[in-house]
Amino acid sequence: MQGASIAIDDLACRRGDRLLFRGLSLRLRAGEALRVVGRNGIGKSSLLRIVAGLAPPFAGKVNAEGAIGLVDERPALDPARTLGEALAFWRQIDGAGERNGDLGRLGLEALLDVPVRYLSTGQKKRAALARLLGQEAGIWLLDEPLNGLDTHAAALAEALTAEHCAAGGIALIASHQPFALPGMATLALSDYTT
Amino acid sequence: MSGRILALLKRDLLRLLLGARGGGALLPVLFFLSVAMLYPFAVGPDAPLLARTGGGVIWVAALLAAILPLDRLVEPDLEMGQFDQWALRGISEELVIAVRVLAHWLSFGPPLMLAALPAAALLGLEGHTLLTVEIGLLAGTPGLAALGVTVAALTAGLRGGAALAGLLVIPMAVPVLIFGAGSLGAGGESGLALAAAASLVLLALAPFAGGAAVRAARN
Repeated sequence: MQGASIAIDDLACRRGDRLLFRGLSLRLRAGEALRVVGRNGIGKSSLLRIVAGLAPPFAGKVNAEGAIGLVDERPALDPARTLGEALAFWRQIDGAGERNGDLGRLGLEALLDVPVRYLSTGQKKRAALARLLGQEAGIWLLDEPLNGLDTHAAALAEALTAEHCAAGGIALIASHQPFALPGMATLALSDYTT
Repeated sequence: MSGRILALLKRDLLRLLLGARGGGALLPVLFFLSVAMLYPFAVGPDAPLLARTGGGVIWVAALLAAILPLDRLVEPDLEMGQFDQWALRGISEELVIAVRVLAHWLSFGPPLMLAALPAAALLGLEGHTLLTVEIGLLAGTPGLAALGVTVAALTAGLRGGAALAGLLVIPMAVPVLIFGAGSLGAGGESGLALAAAASLVLLALAPFAGGAAVRAARN
């Protein structure tokens, strides 16, 4: 997890024929967190997907050092399989061991036998956080991480992110809800729209 | 890396064989058998005619049965974000598609070859014809699997993608069908080799075409 960094230079993003933002440059070093804010459709998710390398930038350069973990509105867990099996699949892919402590903290232990399709939005979000923890990635990209979470789970997500940054990780958070994190900077994407 | 490939293959197989709501691997087999069962009803109990045309019917039924699971092959993973998560972990779309072709073939190829035994009995096929059909299916179904996954990747995310996928597979599967079913005629053994060759071409292309299609569908 040490040595994670994100460097963005003069980034521009286009969706269809609309230029969402341009001239965005920023640096994130190990242990830093940044929250991206802006109205709906301004390009918060697009920015995260560009940083993840899942979408090409329209202009500019992105350089991310370290493994990248992404949590967005799609949990990437097979709906037909039980939560335990779906998480076990990602543990195999990530080569991670059992992390019962994480499951207990996220309140997922009692749900392991439940097929993913029966889980609520918030439960799926917590399961996605468990998948993210197992990945042990240096860079966390969180797209609306608090959507569907109750107050207790939201506080837990904030605490997990704080621990991640304290351990030398980077968090880039797109959220229009307040996200309590010590030492977190805020980036308003509206400063970079045309 | 091999651990990851095994994990992917195990997951794909479980999903395709037991896929709770899609009927799993049973649906294509039952479809295949019902065609073999209906055909004698439709053309009448003319044993020589059935024996002469039965092999071709098995081939058509196998092709159509291979189309049934197409909508479950790529689309759900694209929709649920699995492909994004694999890409983040450095697992290429090509690898995922190659594994998926293997899993898709395992979930319908061998079951159809087994189901061809009762189908041959229903159609009154002779032993050596059945043997040619079985060898032909072994040579041709991998190509059908590769084609199915490629087309499923190309049509993933489109409205009416499942119906479109079926329509696209049929013309592209014609070479495999012609060579495979053609091998049943007198002196048609070379058809088996050509069916296998068509399969190999499709297998070689599938990971690259499918991988590119998945990446294109993501944007």
